[in-house]
Amino acid sequence: MTMMSERQQLSYIASQAADARLNVELETEGMTLNIGPQHPATHGTLRIICRLDGEQVVWAEPGCGYMHRGYEKLTEVRTFPQVTTLVNRIDWLGSFANEVPFILAAEKLMEIEAPPRAQVIRTILFELSRIANVSLFLGDLGVQMGAVTPVFLAFRDREYVLNLIEGATGGRFHPNFDRIGGLKDDLPKGWIDETRQAIAKLREFCDIIEDLLFGNEIFQSRMRGIGIIPADIAKDYGLSGANLRASGVDFDLRRDQVLPMAWDKADWKVWTHPDGDSFARCWVRLQETRESCKIVDQLLDQIPAGPIMTKVPRIIKVPEGEAWVSTENPLGEMGYYVVSKGDLGPFRVKIRSASFNNISIVPWALKGVYVPDIITILASLYFILGDIDR
Amino acid sequence: MARLSDAPPSTDADETPALPGDGLREGIVDDLRNRIGDAIVDVHLVPNDDLWVRVRTDAWRQTADALKAAGFTFFGFLSGLDWLPSPYGKGEEDPTAEPEEPDTEIRQGVTGGDTRFQVFARLVDLDRHVGITVKADVPDDEPVVETWTTVFAGANWHERECHEMFGIGFAGHPDLRNMYLPGDFEGYPLRKDFPLLSRMIKPWPGIVDVEPMPVQDEPDADQAAQEESAS
Repeated sequence: MTMMSERQQLSYIASQAADARLNVELETEGMTLNIGPQHPATHGTLRIICRLDGEQVVWAEPGCGYMHRGYEKLTEVRTFPQVTTLVNRIDWLGSFANEVPFILAAEKLMEIEAPPRAQVIRTILFELSRIANVSLFLGDLGVQMGAVTPVFLAFRDREYVLNLIEGATGGRFHPNFDRIGGLKDDLPKGWIDETRQAIAKLREFCDIIEDLLFGNEIFQSRMRGIGIIPADIAKDYGLSGANLRASGVDFDLRRDQVLPMAWDKADWKVWTHPDGDSFARCWVRLQETRESCKIVDQLLDQIPAGPIMTKVPRIIKVPEGEAWVSTENPLGEMGYYVVSKGDLGPFRVKIRSASFNNISIVPWALKGVYVPDIITILASLYFILGDIDR
Repeated sequence: MARLSDAPPSTDADETPALPGDGLREGIVDDLRNRIGDAIVDVHLVPNDDLWVRVRTDAWRQTADALKAAGFTFFGFLSGLDWLPSPYGKGEEDPTAEPEEPDTEIRQGVTGGDTRFQVFARLVDLDRHVGITVKADVPDDEPVVETWTTVFAGANWHERECHEMFGIGFAGHPDLRNMYLPGDFEGYPLRKDFPLLSRMIKPWPGIVDVEPMPVQDEPDADQAAQEESAS
């Protein structure tokens, strides 16, 4: 309980007092509120069981597992190139970003690296999936609070990005484009110009959303000071991505580790926010979308010529060893711990997905909040069901 | 790749000259030795890349405390490993071919080990931008280790998942309920001797229309064409 904000502390005491009061004095029964598994506010099939005292949550527990697909087991009966098809479906809004750390881990074990051209294109597609992912979040954010307009804007502008991803990879949602040693194909003709135009539209989208939502009084009053997560607690739970940076921790895996990717070739900024509340988390994501636009714009100018595939054997056998690679995915730190025994397929893959950790804080974060705040806190933590259950 | 426990890395002839990252990770190992002493069983260090440490089972929680005090405050993940080779194969072998002798040797990865199961976890130092993978053996007769929930609150769900999938117990965990499976489910799905039933019933459908792979050393036509078009 150290470093708890005053508000959290007060609400914790209040919840304890509420429990005692309800049991002894008034002989009232606490109410159990079941949100989901089909509630629209839960982005899918996450179930949240809350025990309420009046309007206040005294206990909350997410029930997940409605979408568990057992990917860790399935990877053990696949070959290395086949695994990308599975991991595409973990965070389905930013699919390409899921493939990258797994491919990097396999490349690390094989001690090969993708050629520079492939590295830059990978990074561009990675950032485009981030834009596609987070722009939906920004639109959806309004819906959670009853504002319907932003979601139409988001779906319209996200379509430009999805078209680009489809143009380059052939798949709107599940590109399955990354290969061990490079990429499946080169970029199609005219793609670079189209991307520039789309990025200009996305920048405008960010401005509109900022005006529409972030400047809105209702939005601010429902977000500011709600669901504060101090940095210590955030690290303890392994919160990552924008959730961590919104608590004032300056850490971004794109900047803070050496990977054969092209983020260091662009000039961009890691945004943090000192508040750690719901507003901060959303605000950091908005800024990150802008930074992603910046990265894509700069990298489009410096795609080097050359092959997109390094020399790899036809039948890929990965040497015995263990490797851990994680990247800064749209939702946070996404990593794969790959154990190979020298076979065609991995011996074991531990998938560390961002949402699993990000949602494990919910029992702590919802303690003592009021019912309408449940929705905004969940929305601001931002999770994808496939990313929790895997 | 040098093993610190075997020999000082400088004697390794083909090792690249020391870069700043090496000192950082060696310093971390020294620091950890000062804190938990002989609880460290094995260290595996890939210079400028990654660090693995295996500790004694009874020092599992103590290691978490020590690492947290040493600056590794970010909890990445915690999970289990089953080193038994799968008795079922991958289910995509050619059904007409002579079955190969199954591999039954248990090899415990980069930091070695004595038991079939291991727990492992990943912690990150957010200031120095360095991560560490910690492993510990899980006794075969009684697969239980101490819980990390008292040190890292985020370990709660990871230990629940690990318990459900591997049957590894965590002494002191507040609530080891199942997360995914029904409560009366029997077996531990991620153990290697737990069969993947869909594969048992029906072999991998892709096996039917697999063409024979081209011979390895024939001239790589695709590659040449790609290089041409790119330049």
